[in-house]
Amino acid sequence: MKRLAGIFGTLVTLAAGCAHHPTSTPALHATATGAALVESSGGKQLGTPGTSLAQPLVVQVNDAQGNAVAGAVVEFRGAEGVSFDPATSLSDSSGQVTTTVTLGGSAGRYELTAVSNDKAGKEFVLKVTELAAGYQEQLGFELQDQYCARCHDPESSPQRVSNYDNLAVKPHAFTDGETLTKLSDSDLTAMISHGGPALNRSALMPPYGATLSKSDIQALIAYIRLVADPPWRVTGVVDAKR
Amino acid sequence: MQSLKAKLISFSRALLHDPIHIFGVVSFLLLVALAIAPAKDHFSEWRHYQQQYLRLIHDRGDAVTLQRHFQGGIRQIWLPDLGVVDRCQSCHTGLDETSLADVSTQPFRRHPPIPHRLDEFGCVVCHRGQGAATTVAEAHHSTLAREEPLLPARYIEASCGQCHHVALPGTPKLNQGRELLARYGCVRCHSIRLPDSSTITPTDQPPPLTHIADKTTREWIYAWLKDPASYAASATMPNFQLSDADARDISAFLIANSEPLPGDAAAATVAATAPDPAAGASLYGESFCASCHAVQNAAGNVVGGDIGPELTRIGSKVKPEWLQAWLRDPRTYNSHTLMPRYRWSEQQLRLLSGYVQSKTDTDFLANVHLDPATPRQIARGKALVTEYGCAVCHEIRGIQKPENFAPELSRIGSKPLAQLVFLSGMPQTLPDYIAAKVRRPRAFGAALRMPQYSFTTDQEEALTTALLSLTDRSFTLPARLQIASPPAATYQPAGHAGKLMAELNCFACHRINGRGGEMAPDLSWEGSAVQRPWLDAFLKSPNTLRPALIRRMPKFNLSDSERAELTDYFMTVYQTADIDRDAIPLSSYSAGLVEQGRQLFYSKYSCQSCHQVNPQQDKGYIGPPLTQVGSRLNATWIYHWLKNPQASRPGTIEPNQNINDEDANALTAFLMTQKAPGVREAKR
Repeated sequence: MKRLAGIFGTLVTLAAGCAHHPTSTPALHATATGAALVESSGGKQLGTPGTSLAQPLVVQVNDAQGNAVAGAVVEFRGAEGVSFDPATSLSDSSGQVTTTVTLGGSAGRYELTAVSNDKAGKEFVLKVTELAAGYQEQLGFELQDQYCARCHDPESSPQRVSNYDNLAVKPHAFTDGETLTKLSDSDLTAMISHGGPALNRSALMPPYGATLSKSDIQALIAYIRLVADPPWRVTGVVDAKR
Repeated sequence: MQSLKAKLISFSRALLHDPIHIFGVVSFLLLVALAIAPAKDHFSEWRHYQQQYLRLIHDRGDAVTLQRHFQGGIRQIWLPDLGVVDRCQSCHTGLDETSLADVSTQPFRRHPPIPHRLDEFGCVVCHRGQGAATTVAEAHHSTLAREEPLLPARYIEASCGQCHHVALPGTPKLNQGRELLARYGCVRCHSIRLPDSSTITPTDQPPPLTHIADKTTREWIYAWLKDPASYAASATMPNFQLSDADARDISAFLIANSEPLPGDAAAATVAATAPDPAAGASLYGESFCASCHAVQNAAGNVVGGDIGPELTRIGSKVKPEWLQAWLRDPRTYNSHTLMPRYRWSEQQLRLLSGYVQSKTDTDFLANVHLDPATPRQIARGKALVTEYGCAVCHEIRGIQKPENFAPELSRIGSKPLAQLVFLSGMPQTLPDYIAAKVRRPRAFGAALRMPQYSFTTDQEEALTTALLSLTDRSFTLPARLQIASPPAATYQPAGHAGKLMAELNCFACHRINGRGGEMAPDLSWEGSAVQRPWLDAFLKSPNTLRPALIRRMPKFNLSDSERAELTDYFMTVYQTADIDRDAIPLSSYSAGLVEQGRQLFYSKYSCQSCHQVNPQQDKGYIGPPLTQVGSRLNATWIYHWLKNPQASRPGTIEPNQNINDEDANALTAFLMTQKAPGVREAKR
């Protein structure tokens, strides 16, 4: 009889353990519900595979009137390999939830979702994109930082004053997908190699064909394609799944 | 129970009573045994993935091509000289297929483009893991041998470092990690020998402690030892987590062991004149102290250079008489210092030392009260200094510099797991072990001597990456793959000018013939590039080029004869054989050629997007302003620069525009007419 009780006890413990396992974090109880999620900061960052992003992802829960809601539960979801710290959290007094995103092991675009429930228990979501640079994109990033960003990036930093405002014809930011997506790889290669006049554009863009190698230019284009917004190709996305 | 046994016995008797029955049973068992092998093969993981792959490509537009490329069965890359037997492609079937760029499910993703070919290097050279294994668990996680699991993606740059011992543009994390190993003095205790038998040399500048009592007080040493970061946010010295008594005794020993220098006490005139903060601050600015020294501002940001120590609380550290002696000639106190010997006048010395001394933090030493040192404390301090290996970095009188103070790390990236002692609860992998050790060394034992650094997560990751690149494999790779680090440059300019350059520490910022820093332009060919009068004027008052830069050339207040000597040396010695600087005249170009050059400058080559010739009209601000370039540079240098900028200065960002001879000639003529105002007037 004693043995039977022991076995029964073990079974109960095991069952409890199994039931508990999938949600190892203690369940959070929402004290309020919102109606919409908006991104505050931390989207569209360029990181490296398997690494935490430099800035945390911050999203805000709003009600139907657009006012911040405190105490709503927000859950973050991403593709396999993506992790969040914390993955589930309550919005703070200003309605915000902050999480650190660690990207998966492969390069590419990562579509992440933040999920919360409204009054009726229905889910509403916010989609956020983060980018992971592979070797080629990383090299492209370094090269554009050295050669291109002085003109193509309108933002100045303490280390580097932007030349953007000094130019009569404004260069396109590399994130300007609207424009750059219309240019094929061979057009971009021609423009980088032979300068703006090669495509009947401004001569303020000098030729880099004798300065950068072919693979350097390929790397630059890979970087430009990765950061393009809207995305260069809809396919190739690391799909969001639970 | 009994009856079951009886039944079994009777069944076996019925089955085996006849030899023919026995033969039949044994044959059946043999058949089953023979069928196991092909069945196992049929249900293997890799076959399952290959079937999945075929289904995946079946409906694609490029199915025919992909099917033609597909090879069934176990695929293997065998590279005997690399020690590679990789069967990864048995499951990762689409690694080489560029048209699979849109497929994101593993194991069918295309390998992202890298500069190496798969069939030349295999997979495990970079990714580690068990290449010969044919199951996922064994190949990725190495469950049986538990030695070489896959390298996590975040440390993948470590693999590049096995062959590439020079910095690569595509591996920022590895490069940062190697810099940190040198900058934070890791390699002073842990020697690191690379496969090309070179070593990583430290780049930090730990000061000698031989005369430390002249420089600072025992209270300051105590507070510094307790927590260097509380004195300077950018301190490179780590925290040894000393107890109060340890810090008390070490500070007692260092002060008692210090030997006075005659010069430091001599400047007794310090307090005689009241400091003038405004004039001192402007002298600090004019001398461009901020090119090397940083100060923490009110917002908490450390602003300024990182060649010299941070000066935020310097007034709480140094003694006024020492500071004046130091500013007069730093090399008396520390013969290896990177601080140049400025030629300040006595008046300037008082102004500047007064200003620097005013950077104090009254809270810093407020709670430090030390009783006079006893001989016992001093003796214990000496024992502690020996125990903690202070003399590995600092020169301390009477203490021998210990050799091999900490374990060598030349092969740490391949350290067998069996030799590691993990903390409870941590993942049992080598990268996690190294990262944890870098993060909190003393967590592995309170008696360990390795100090606590205050690295950011990024820096920890970079250091781990650099350490993981030090593998056994890097020593066994064939020599043809090794890209050796360049040998340490030992160039030393000769004669009196060489001595002057050593005093001014030109090499702290400038590179000449392969030796020196990278903050300022390479001067190896300066004599071919510039005109003598410009160089002389620049050394006298170095404030003409790139006025927006924060970190700039300081004004050394050189005497006329010193300047002439340096200028002569530069113009004579630092020339390139490829350029005859007198081949093209400095002036008297035809108006037509100059006008042609102007047209080319503004239209065809649009130089104004980066340079300014006419400050009212041109706005480009990337390259240096060219308003007075005709008085600064030689015509031949300009011509050769235009033809190929990278040949004149490797790595410069001005693109090579393939300018033809005629255009280069005209542009040179136009640029040479851009003279300094004084020169233009003189010509009239």
